[in-house]
Amino acid sequence: MESFTLRDKTAIVGIGETEYSKGSGMSHTALLLQASAKAIEDAGLRPKDIDGVVPAINLITFEDLAVNLGTEDLKYAASPNMGGASSVATLLSASMAVASGIATNVLCVAGWNGYSAMRFSGLGKAMDASASPMPMPSMLAKLRDFEMPYGVFVPAQWYAPMAIRHMHEYGTTSRQLGAVAVACRKHAQLNDKAIMRGRPMTIEDHQNSRMIVTPFRLFDCSLESDGAAAAVVTSADRAADMRNRPVYIMGVAEGHPVPADQIAGRRDMFQIGLSFAAPRAFAMAGVTPKDIDVAEIYDCFTWSVICQLEAMGFCERGEGGPFVEGGRIELGGELPINTHGGLLSQAHIMGMNHVVEAVRQLRGDAGEAQVKDAEIALVTGWGDLADGSIAILRR
Amino acid sequence: MTTYNKPLPRITSLTKEFWEGCKRHELLIQRCKDCGTYRHYPRPMCPNCGSWNAEWAKVSGRGKVYTYIVAVQPFHPAFSGDVPYAVAIVELEEGVRMVSNIMDCGPDDIYIGMPVEVVYDDVTEEVTLPKFKKVT
Repeated sequence: MESFTLRDKTAIVGIGETEYSKGSGMSHTALLLQASAKAIEDAGLRPKDIDGVVPAINLITFEDLAVNLGTEDLKYAASPNMGGASSVATLLSASMAVASGIATNVLCVAGWNGYSAMRFSGLGKAMDASASPMPMPSMLAKLRDFEMPYGVFVPAQWYAPMAIRHMHEYGTTSRQLGAVAVACRKHAQLNDKAIMRGRPMTIEDHQNSRMIVTPFRLFDCSLESDGAAAAVVTSADRAADMRNRPVYIMGVAEGHPVPADQIAGRRDMFQIGLSFAAPRAFAMAGVTPKDIDVAEIYDCFTWSVICQLEAMGFCERGEGGPFVEGGRIELGGELPINTHGGLLSQAHIMGMNHVVEAVRQLRGDAGEAQVKDAEIALVTGWGDLADGSIAILRR
Repeated sequence: MTTYNKPLPRITSLTKEFWEGCKRHELLIQRCKDCGTYRHYPRPMCPNCGSWNAEWAKVSGRGKVYTYIVAVQPFHPAFSGDVPYAVAIVELEEGVRMVSNIMDCGPDDIYIGMPVEVVYDDVTEEVTLPKFKKVT
Protein backbone atom coordinates (compact mmCIF):
# COMPACT_ATOMS: atom_id res chain seq x y z
CA MET A 1 0.00 0.00 0.00
CA GLU A 2 1.28 3.41 -0.93
CA SER A 3 1.91 5.49 2.17
CA PHE A 4 -0.71 8.11 2.79
CA THR A 5 0.25 11.79 2.69
CA LEU A 6 -1.71 14.96 3.32
CA ARG A 7 0.39 16.78 0.73
CA ASP A 8 -1.76 18.94 -1.53
CA LYS A 9 -4.92 17.08 -0.51
CA THR A 10 -6.55 20.16 0.99
CA ALA A 11 -6.63 23.90 0.53
CA ILE A 12 -7.50 27.07 2.38
CA VAL A 13 -10.35 28.63 0.44
CA GLY A 14 -11.58 31.35 2.76
CA ILE A 15 -10.05 33.79 5.23
CA GLY A 16 -11.61 36.33 7.57
CA GLU A 17 -10.55 38.79 10.24
CA THR A 18 -12.33 41.11 12.66
CA GLU A 19 -10.97 44.53 13.48
CA TYR A 20 -7.88 44.31 15.69
CA SER A 21 -8.14 46.57 18.70
CA LYS A 22 -7.69 47.12 22.41
CA GLY A 23 -11.40 46.81 23.09
CA SER A 24 -13.69 44.87 20.78
CA GLY A 25 -16.83 45.53 22.80
CA MET A 26 -17.95 42.04 21.82
CA SER A 27 -18.12 38.70 23.62
CA HIS A 28 -15.59 36.02 22.72
CA THR A 29 -18.39 34.10 21.02
CA ALA A 30 -19.49 37.04 18.86
CA LEU A 31 -15.90 37.95 18.02
CA LEU A 32 -14.96 34.46 16.85
CA LEU A 33 -18.24 34.13 14.94
CA GLN A 34 -17.64 37.40 13.12
CA ALA A 35 -14.24 36.24 11.85
CA SER A 36 -15.78 32.86 10.97
CA ALA A 37 -18.64 34.41 9.00
CA LYS A 38 -16.18 36.52 7.02
CA ALA A 39 -14.03 33.50 6.17
CA ILE A 40 -17.06 31.48 5.11
CA GLU A 41 -18.29 34.32 2.90
CA ASP A 42 -14.80 34.73 1.43
CA ALA A 43 -14.95 31.05 0.47
CA GLY A 44 -18.28 31.61 -1.26
CA LEU A 45 -19.99 29.20 1.12
CA ARG A 46 -23.09 29.52 3.28
CA PRO A 47 -22.58 29.20 7.05
CA LYS A 48 -24.53 25.95 7.08
CA ASP A 49 -22.09 24.43 4.59
CA ILE A 50 -19.58 24.14 7.43
CA ASP A 51 -19.63 20.56 8.76
CA GLY A 52 -16.45 20.60 10.81
CA VAL A 53 -15.19 23.11 13.36
CA VAL A 54 -11.72 23.42 14.85
CA PRO A 55 -11.44 26.37 17.21
CA ALA A 56 -7.92 26.97 18.52
CA ILE A 57 -8.39 26.80 22.29
CA ASN A 58 -11.92 26.53 23.68
CA LEU A 59 -12.85 30.21 23.87
CA ILE A 60 -15.88 29.39 21.78
CA THR A 61 -17.66 26.09 22.20
CA PHE A 62 -18.36 23.64 19.40
CA GLU A 63 -22.03 24.05 20.26
CA ASP A 64 -21.95 27.84 19.89
CA LEU A 65 -20.22 27.51 16.55
CA ALA A 66 -22.65 24.91 15.23
CA VAL A 67 -25.84 26.56 16.43
CA ASN A 68 -24.91 30.01 15.15
CA LEU A 69 -23.71 28.76 11.78
CA GLY A 70 -26.88 26.72 11.42
CA THR A 71 -24.97 23.50 10.91
CA GLU A 72 -27.43 20.65 10.67
CA ASP A 73 -24.95 17.80 10.78
CA LEU A 74 -21.68 18.63 12.52
CA LYS A 75 -19.41 15.78 11.54
CA TYR A 76 -16.18 16.83 13.22
CA ALA A 77 -15.26 19.04 16.14
CA ALA A 78 -11.85 19.21 17.80
CA SER A 79 -9.69 21.79 19.49
CA PRO A 80 -5.92 21.70 19.79
CA ASN A 81 -4.68 22.66 23.24
CA MET A 82 -1.24 24.03 22.44
CA GLY A 83 -1.53 27.67 23.40
CA GLY A 84 -0.20 29.84 20.60
CA ALA A 85 0.72 26.78 18.55
CA SER A 86 -2.98 25.92 18.31
CA SER A 87 -3.88 28.17 15.39
CA VAL A 88 -1.59 26.50 12.87
CA ALA A 89 -2.35 23.13 14.48
CA THR A 90 -6.00 23.62 13.50
CA LEU A 91 -4.87 23.28 9.88
CA LEU A 92 -3.45 19.83 10.65
CA SER A 93 -6.68 18.71 12.27
CA ALA A 94 -8.82 20.22 9.51
CA SER A 95 -6.68 18.70 6.77
CA MET A 96 -6.91 15.25 8.33
CA ALA A 97 -10.67 15.55 8.66
CA VAL A 98 -11.12 16.69 5.06
CA ALA A 99 -8.57 14.39 3.42
CA SER A 100 -10.06 11.37 5.17
CA GLY A 101 -13.55 12.27 4.08
CA ILE A 102 -14.82 12.77 7.62
CA ALA A 103 -15.89 16.34 6.86
CA THR A 104 -16.16 18.56 3.78
CA ASN A 105 -15.74 22.19 4.83
CA VAL A 106 -13.88 22.73 8.07
CA LEU A 107 -13.73 26.07 9.86
CA CYS A 108 -10.54 26.94 11.74
CA VAL A 109 -10.85 29.93 14.03
CA ALA A 110 -8.88 31.67 16.77
CA GLY A 111 -9.14 34.90 18.69
CA TRP A 112 -9.87 36.51 21.98
CA ASN A 113 -10.34 39.67 23.91
CA GLY A 114 -6.65 39.42 24.72
CA TYR A 115 -6.57 42.99 25.92
CA SER A 116 -9.97 43.81 27.33
CA ALA A 117 -10.78 40.49 29.02
CA MET A 118 -7.75 38.26 29.49
CA ARG A 119 -4.41 40.00 29.29
CA PHE A 120 -1.35 37.77 29.41
CA SER A 121 0.19 40.21 31.85
CA GLY A 122 -2.59 39.29 34.30
CA LEU A 123 -2.11 35.55 33.91
CA GLY A 124 -0.12 35.10 37.10
CA LYS A 125 -2.62 36.88 39.29
CA ALA A 126 -5.50 35.02 37.67
CA MET A 127 -3.84 31.64 38.16
CA ASP A 128 -2.95 32.50 41.73
CA ALA A 129 -6.59 33.23 42.43
CA SER A 130 -7.39 29.84 40.88
CA ALA A 131 -10.12 31.60 38.93
CA SER A 132 -8.23 31.90 35.68
CA PRO A 133 -10.27 32.77 32.61
CA MET A 134 -7.67 30.69 30.77
CA PRO A 135 -8.15 26.95 30.64
CA MET A 136 -5.54 25.52 33.03
CA PRO A 137 -4.10 22.31 31.68
CA SER A 138 -1.77 20.30 33.89
CA MET A 139 1.14 22.17 32.33
CA LEU A 140 0.01 25.42 33.93
CA ALA A 141 -0.92 23.65 37.17
CA LYS A 142 2.71 22.53 37.50
CA LEU A 143 3.96 26.04 36.81
CA ARG A 144 1.52 27.22 39.43
CA ASP A 145 2.95 24.93 42.08
CA PHE A 146 6.66 24.77 41.24
CA GLU A 147 7.51 28.09 39.59
CA MET A 148 4.99 30.73 40.61
CA PRO A 149 6.06 30.60 44.28
CA TYR A 150 9.46 31.82 43.04
CA GLY A 151 8.04 34.72 41.05
CA VAL A 152 7.42 33.25 37.58
CA PHE A 153 4.04 34.41 36.31
CA VAL A 154 3.85 35.29 32.63
CA PRO A 155 5.05 33.91 29.28
CA ALA A 156 7.85 36.50 29.08
CA GLN A 157 9.24 34.96 32.26
CA TRP A 158 8.70 31.39 31.03
CA TYR A 159 10.76 31.89 27.86
CA ALA A 160 13.38 34.40 29.00
CA PRO A 161 15.63 31.70 30.57
CA MET A 162 15.90 30.08 27.14
CA ALA A 163 16.95 33.36 25.59
CA ILE A 164 19.53 34.04 28.32
CA ARG A 165 20.99 30.58 27.78
CA HIS A 166 21.05 31.17 24.00
CA MET A 167 22.93 34.43 24.52
CA HIS A 168 25.38 32.62 26.83
CA GLU A 169 26.04 29.75 24.42
CA TYR A 170 26.01 31.58 21.11
CA GLY A 171 26.58 35.25 21.83
CA THR A 172 23.13 36.33 20.63
CA THR A 173 22.62 40.03 21.41
CA SER A 174 19.76 42.30 22.39
CA ARG A 175 20.25 44.26 19.16
CA GLN A 176 19.70 41.03 17.21
CA LEU A 177 16.45 40.50 19.10
CA GLY A 178 15.67 44.10 18.21
CA ALA A 179 16.17 43.40 14.51
CA VAL A 180 13.10 41.12 14.66
CA ALA A 181 11.04 43.81 16.39
CA VAL A 182 12.12 46.45 13.88
CA ALA A 183 11.28 44.23 10.88
CA CYS A 184 7.80 43.50 12.22
CA ARG A 185 7.18 47.17 13.01
CA LYS A 186 8.36 48.21 9.55
CA HIS A 187 5.92 45.79 7.94
CA ALA A 188 3.10 46.96 10.21
CA GLN A 189 3.39 50.40 8.62
CA LEU A 190 2.06 48.80 5.42
CA ASN A 191 -0.90 47.02 7.01
CA ASP A 192 -4.14 48.85 7.66
CA LYS A 193 -5.17 46.41 10.40
CA ALA A 194 -1.92 46.78 12.32
CA ILE A 195 -2.32 48.30 15.77
CA MET A 196 1.20 49.75 15.49
CA ARG A 197 0.64 51.38 12.10
CA GLY A 198 1.75 54.98 12.31
CA ARG A 199 4.19 54.24 15.12
CA PRO A 200 7.51 53.36 13.48
CA MET A 201 10.38 52.00 15.57
CA THR A 202 14.14 52.16 15.21
CA ILE A 203 16.68 49.82 16.74
CA GLU A 204 17.53 52.61 19.19
CA ASP A 205 13.86 52.83 20.21
CA HIS A 206 14.04 49.10 20.91
CA GLN A 207 17.23 49.46 22.93
CA ASN A 208 15.69 52.29 24.93
CA SER A 209 12.46 50.49 25.74
CA ARG A 210 12.12 49.46 29.35
CA MET A 211 13.26 46.06 30.57
CA ILE A 212 10.44 43.65 31.41
CA VAL A 213 12.47 40.56 32.28
CA THR A 214 16.03 40.01 31.10
CA PRO A 215 16.67 39.86 28.22
CA PHE A 216 13.21 40.97 27.05
CA ARG A 217 12.52 44.67 26.75
CA LEU A 218 9.01 45.98 26.17
CA PHE A 219 9.53 45.91 22.39
CA ASP A 220 10.61 42.26 22.51
CA CYS A 221 7.12 41.36 23.72
CA SER A 222 4.06 40.89 21.54
CA LEU A 223 0.96 43.03 21.84
CA GLU A 224 -2.11 42.29 23.90
CA SER A 225 -5.05 42.61 21.53
CA ASP A 226 -8.71 41.92 20.91
CA GLY A 227 -9.69 40.27 17.66
CA ALA A 228 -10.28 37.04 15.80
CA ALA A 229 -9.27 35.43 12.53
CA ALA A 230 -10.47 32.37 10.66
CA ALA A 231 -9.81 30.11 7.70
CA VAL A 232 -11.89 27.54 5.84
CA VAL A 233 -10.28 24.29 4.68
CA THR A 234 -11.76 22.04 2.03
CA SER A 235 -10.54 19.39 -0.39
CA ALA A 236 -8.18 20.37 -3.22
CA ASP A 237 -10.74 19.07 -5.71
CA ARG A 238 -13.53 21.27 -4.42
CA ALA A 239 -11.18 24.21 -3.96
CA ALA A 240 -10.52 24.47 -7.69
CA ASP A 241 -14.09 25.65 -8.32
CA MET A 242 -14.47 28.08 -5.45
CA ARG A 243 -14.61 31.86 -5.33
CA ASN A 244 -10.97 32.65 -4.58
CA ARG A 245 -7.69 31.25 -5.77
CA PRO A 246 -7.04 28.22 -3.55
CA VAL A 247 -3.99 28.05 -1.31
CA TYR A 248 -2.90 24.43 -1.05
CA ILE A 249 -1.60 22.85 2.14
CA MET A 250 1.61 21.14 1.02
CA GLY A 251 2.90 20.15 4.43
CA VAL A 252 1.56 20.49 7.93
CA ALA A 253 2.73 19.15 11.30
CA GLU A 254 2.83 19.72 15.02
CA GLY A 255 5.56 18.86 17.49
CA HIS A 256 6.17 18.83 21.22
CA PRO A 257 9.40 19.27 23.16
CA VAL A 258 10.61 16.75 25.75
CA PRO A 259 9.50 17.03 28.46
CA ALA A 260 6.53 19.02 27.16
CA ASP A 261 5.34 20.09 30.60
CA GLN A 262 8.36 22.16 31.62
CA ILE A 263 11.20 24.14 30.09
CA ALA A 264 13.67 23.70 32.95
CA GLY A 265 13.96 19.93 32.53
CA ARG A 266 14.86 19.88 28.84
CA ARG A 267 18.28 18.40 28.18
CA ASP A 268 18.46 20.50 25.02
CA MET A 269 16.61 23.71 25.73
CA PHE A 270 16.53 24.72 22.06
CA GLN A 271 14.94 21.50 20.87
CA ILE A 272 11.44 22.94 20.70
CA GLY A 273 8.24 21.50 19.28
CA LEU A 274 9.06 22.96 15.90
CA SER A 275 12.38 21.06 15.87
CA PHE A 276 10.29 17.89 15.55
CA ALA A 277 7.51 19.33 13.40
CA ALA A 278 9.51 21.19 10.76
CA PRO A 279 11.36 18.21 9.25
CA ARG A 280 8.03 16.36 8.99
CA ALA A 281 6.33 19.31 7.28
CA PHE A 282 9.20 19.94 4.85
CA ALA A 283 9.35 16.22 3.98
CA MET A 284 5.59 16.13 3.40
CA ALA A 285 5.76 19.24 1.23
CA GLY A 286 8.82 18.05 -0.67
CA VAL A 287 10.54 21.42 -0.31
CA THR A 288 13.40 22.87 1.74
CA PRO A 289 13.83 26.20 3.55
CA LYS A 290 15.45 27.59 0.38
CA ASP A 291 12.12 27.26 -1.43
CA ILE A 292 10.21 29.49 1.01
CA ASP A 293 9.33 32.91 -0.42
CA VAL A 294 7.72 34.39 2.69
CA ALA A 295 7.44 33.19 6.30
CA GLU A 296 4.93 34.22 8.93
CA ILE A 297 6.69 33.13 12.13
CA TYR A 298 4.98 33.09 15.50
CA ASP A 299 6.49 36.05 17.31
CA CYS A 300 5.24 36.01 20.88
CA PHE A 301 8.75 37.27 21.66
CA THR A 302 11.50 38.43 19.33
CA TRP A 303 13.83 35.69 20.47
CA SER A 304 11.23 33.01 19.70
CA VAL A 305 11.59 33.92 16.01
CA ILE A 306 15.36 33.46 16.16
CA CYS A 307 14.94 30.09 17.90
CA GLN A 308 12.39 28.92 15.32
CA LEU A 309 14.53 29.97 12.35
CA GLU A 310 17.25 27.73 13.75
CA ALA A 311 14.86 24.88 14.54
CA MET A 312 13.53 24.91 10.96
CA GLY A 313 16.99 24.89 9.44
CA PHE A 314 16.97 28.35 7.86
CA CYS A 315 20.33 28.70 9.59
CA GLU A 316 22.55 26.64 11.87
CA ARG A 317 22.01 26.39 15.61
CA GLY A 318 23.38 29.57 17.17
CA GLU A 319 23.33 31.50 13.88
CA GLY A 320 19.82 32.89 14.31
CA GLY A 321 21.04 36.18 15.77
CA PRO A 322 23.30 37.13 12.85
CA PHE A 323 20.69 35.69 10.43
CA VAL A 324 18.01 38.25 11.34
CA GLU A 325 20.37 41.23 11.00
CA GLY A 326 21.01 43.39 7.97
CA GLY A 327 17.48 43.40 6.60
CA ARG A 328 17.45 39.73 5.61
CA ILE A 329 14.01 39.21 7.22
CA GLU A 330 12.53 42.48 5.95
CA LEU A 331 10.53 42.96 2.74
CA GLY A 332 13.06 42.97 -0.07
CA GLY A 333 15.37 40.70 1.93
CA GLU A 334 16.16 37.04 1.41
CA LEU A 335 13.41 35.79 3.73
CA PRO A 336 10.72 38.37 4.51
CA ILE A 337 8.90 37.46 7.70
CA ASN A 338 5.71 38.68 9.34
CA THR A 339 4.71 40.85 6.42
CA HIS A 340 1.58 41.96 8.31
CA GLY A 341 3.51 43.10 11.38
CA GLY A 342 3.13 39.89 13.37
CA LEU A 343 2.06 39.54 16.96
CA LEU A 344 4.69 42.14 17.77
CA SER A 345 3.18 44.93 15.71
CA GLN A 346 -0.07 43.92 13.98
CA ALA A 347 -2.02 42.18 16.75
CA HIS A 348 -1.80 39.10 18.97
CA ILE A 349 -4.51 36.92 17.47
CA MET A 350 -2.77 33.72 18.58
CA GLY A 351 -1.19 33.42 15.16
CA MET A 352 -4.33 32.89 13.10
CA ASN A 353 -3.54 36.34 11.68
CA HIS A 354 -0.30 34.76 10.42
CA VAL A 355 -2.33 32.14 8.54
CA VAL A 356 -4.52 34.85 7.01
CA GLU A 357 -1.48 36.86 5.90
CA ALA A 358 0.21 33.81 4.36
CA VAL A 359 -2.93 33.16 2.31
CA ARG A 360 -3.07 36.83 1.22
CA GLN A 361 0.54 36.67 0.08
CA LEU A 362 -0.12 33.56 -2.01
CA ARG A 363 -3.28 35.04 -3.52
CA GLY A 364 -1.29 38.15 -4.42
CA ASP A 365 -3.59 40.24 -2.22
CA ALA A 366 -1.04 41.54 0.29
CA GLY A 367 -1.05 45.11 -1.00
CA GLU A 368 2.03 47.16 -0.28
CA ALA A 369 3.52 44.25 1.67
CA GLN A 370 3.21 41.85 -1.27
CA VAL A 371 6.27 39.65 -1.79
CA LYS A 372 6.62 39.62 -5.56
CA ASP A 373 5.63 36.32 -7.15
CA ALA A 374 5.30 34.57 -3.80
CA GLU A 375 4.61 30.92 -4.54
CA ILE A 376 5.41 29.10 -1.32
CA ALA A 377 4.78 30.44 2.17
CA LEU A 378 5.41 29.06 5.60
CA VAL A 379 3.54 29.77 8.81
CA THR A 380 4.44 28.61 12.32
CA GLY A 381 2.94 28.51 15.79
CA TRP A 382 4.59 28.41 19.23
CA GLY A 383 2.86 28.01 22.56
CA ASP A 384 2.34 26.23 25.86
CA LEU A 385 6.06 26.15 26.72
CA ALA A 386 7.25 25.89 23.10
CA ASP A 387 4.97 23.36 21.51
CA GLY A 388 5.24 23.96 17.79
CA SER A 389 3.18 23.84 14.62
CA ILE A 390 3.96 24.55 10.99
CA ALA A 391 2.17 24.70 7.66
CA ILE A 392 3.80 25.02 4.27
CA LEU A 393 1.40 26.53 1.74
CA ARG A 394 1.50 27.12 -2.02
CA ARG A 395 -0.60 28.99 -4.50
CA MET B 1 3.86 38.18 62.44
CA THR B 2 3.33 39.45 58.93
CA THR B 3 1.15 37.52 56.56
CA TYR B 4 2.91 35.72 53.72
CA ASN B 5 1.04 36.83 50.62
CA LYS B 6 3.02 35.28 47.78
CA PRO B 7 1.63 32.28 45.91
CA LEU B 8 2.12 28.97 47.68
CA PRO B 9 2.24 25.52 46.11
CA ARG B 10 -0.92 23.49 46.39
CA ILE B 11 0.10 20.19 47.89
CA THR B 12 -1.31 17.15 46.10
CA SER B 13 -1.03 13.37 46.49
CA LEU B 14 1.71 13.46 43.87
CA THR B 15 3.76 16.23 45.45
CA LYS B 16 3.15 15.68 49.17
CA GLU B 17 6.45 13.88 49.86
CA PHE B 18 8.44 16.60 48.11
CA TRP B 19 6.95 19.37 50.22
CA GLU B 20 7.03 17.33 53.44
CA GLY B 21 10.74 16.71 52.81
CA CYS B 22 11.32 20.43 52.40
CA LYS B 23 9.58 21.03 55.71
CA ARG B 24 12.11 18.69 57.36
CA HIS B 25 14.85 20.50 55.41
CA GLU B 26 15.53 17.55 53.16
CA LEU B 27 15.50 17.77 49.39
CA LEU B 28 13.73 14.67 48.10
CA ILE B 29 13.56 14.00 44.38
CA GLN B 30 11.48 11.27 42.78
CA ARG B 31 13.58 8.36 41.47
CA CYS B 32 12.43 5.36 39.47
CA LYS B 33 12.80 2.16 41.50
CA ASP B 34 13.26 0.10 38.35
CA CYS B 35 15.76 2.07 36.26
CA GLY B 36 17.05 4.65 38.74
CA THR B 37 16.16 7.70 36.64
CA TYR B 38 15.51 10.87 38.64
CA ARG B 39 12.58 13.10 37.69
CA HIS B 40 11.25 16.50 38.69
CA TYR B 41 8.47 17.76 38.65
CA PRO B 42 6.86 14.78 40.34
CA ARG B 43 5.01 12.61 37.82
CA PRO B 44 3.19 9.25 38.07
CA MET B 45 5.31 7.37 35.50
CA CYS B 46 9.00 7.12 34.66
CA PRO B 47 9.61 8.76 31.27
CA ASN B 48 12.62 6.50 30.75
CA CYS B 49 11.12 3.05 31.34
CA GLY B 50 7.40 3.51 31.96
CA SER B 51 7.54 2.19 35.49
CA TRP B 52 5.03 3.27 38.14
CA ASN B 53 7.45 2.32 40.95
CA ALA B 54 9.13 5.38 42.36
CA GLU B 55 10.85 6.36 45.58
CA TRP B 56 11.80 9.67 47.11
CA ALA B 57 15.57 9.92 47.18
CA LYS B 58 17.41 12.42 49.31
CA VAL B 59 19.75 14.35 47.02
CA SER B 60 22.87 16.37 47.71
CA GLY B 61 21.22 19.73 47.18
CA ARG B 62 24.29 20.92 45.29
CA GLY B 63 24.21 22.12 41.74
CA LYS B 64 24.89 24.88 39.27
CA VAL B 65 22.89 27.69 37.74
CA TYR B 66 21.94 26.43 34.26
CA THR B 67 20.20 29.66 33.26
CA TYR B 68 18.27 32.46 34.93
CA ILE B 69 16.20 35.59 34.50
CA VAL B 70 16.03 38.91 36.26
CA ALA B 71 12.42 40.00 36.66
CA VAL B 72 12.21 43.77 36.43
CA GLN B 73 8.49 44.40 36.00
CA PRO B 74 6.41 42.77 38.73
CA PHE B 75 3.45 40.71 37.50
CA HIS B 76 2.07 39.96 40.95
CA PRO B 77 1.46 42.53 43.66
CA ALA B 78 3.22 40.42 46.29
CA PHE B 79 6.45 40.69 44.29
CA SER B 80 6.25 44.45 43.72
CA GLY B 81 8.70 45.16 46.50
CA ASP B 82 11.17 42.52 45.31
CA VAL B 83 11.98 43.72 41.79
CA PRO B 84 14.47 43.36 40.33
CA TYR B 85 14.74 39.74 41.48
CA ALA B 86 16.47 36.73 39.99
CA VAL B 87 14.91 33.37 39.23
CA ALA B 88 17.30 30.57 38.39
CA ILE B 89 17.03 27.19 36.77
CA VAL B 90 19.36 25.11 38.92
CA GLU B 91 20.82 21.84 37.65
CA LEU B 92 21.37 19.51 40.59
CA GLU B 93 24.34 17.12 40.70
CA GLU B 94 21.85 14.29 40.16
CA GLY B 95 20.93 15.80 36.78
CA VAL B 96 17.42 17.14 37.38
CA ARG B 97 16.72 20.84 37.12
CA MET B 98 14.46 23.00 39.23
CA VAL B 99 13.24 26.58 39.24
CA SER B 100 14.12 28.54 42.36
CA ASN B 101 15.54 31.75 43.76
CA ILE B 102 19.14 32.38 44.77
CA MET B 103 19.23 33.91 48.25
CA ASP B 104 21.48 36.80 49.14
CA CYS B 105 22.48 37.29 45.55
CA GLY B 106 21.86 40.53 43.70
CA PRO B 107 20.52 40.26 40.19
CA ASP B 108 23.83 41.50 38.81
CA ASP B 109 25.80 38.83 40.62
CA ILE B 110 24.12 35.72 39.26
CA TYR B 111 25.80 33.91 36.37
CA ILE B 112 25.46 30.71 34.39
CA GLY B 113 27.58 27.98 35.97
CA MET B 114 27.48 29.53 39.44
CA PRO B 115 27.85 26.74 42.05
CA VAL B 116 24.94 26.71 44.48
CA GLU B 117 23.54 24.64 47.32
CA VAL B 118 20.05 24.29 48.72
CA VAL B 119 18.80 26.33 51.67
CA TYR B 120 15.33 26.20 53.15
CA ASP B 121 12.97 29.13 53.43
CA ASP B 122 10.20 28.34 55.95
CA VAL B 123 7.72 30.78 54.45
CA THR B 124 4.67 29.60 56.42
CA GLU B 125 3.92 27.00 59.08
CA GLU B 126 2.87 24.58 56.37
CA VAL B 127 5.22 25.37 53.50
CA THR B 128 8.98 25.46 53.17
CA LEU B 129 10.37 26.53 49.81
CA PRO B 130 13.71 25.08 48.76
CA LYS B 131 15.94 27.91 47.58
CA PHE B 132 19.65 28.12 46.84
CA LYS B 133 22.69 30.12 47.82
CA LYS B 134 26.06 30.56 46.22
CA VAL B 135 28.74 28.12 47.37
CA THR B 136 31.76 30.17 48.30
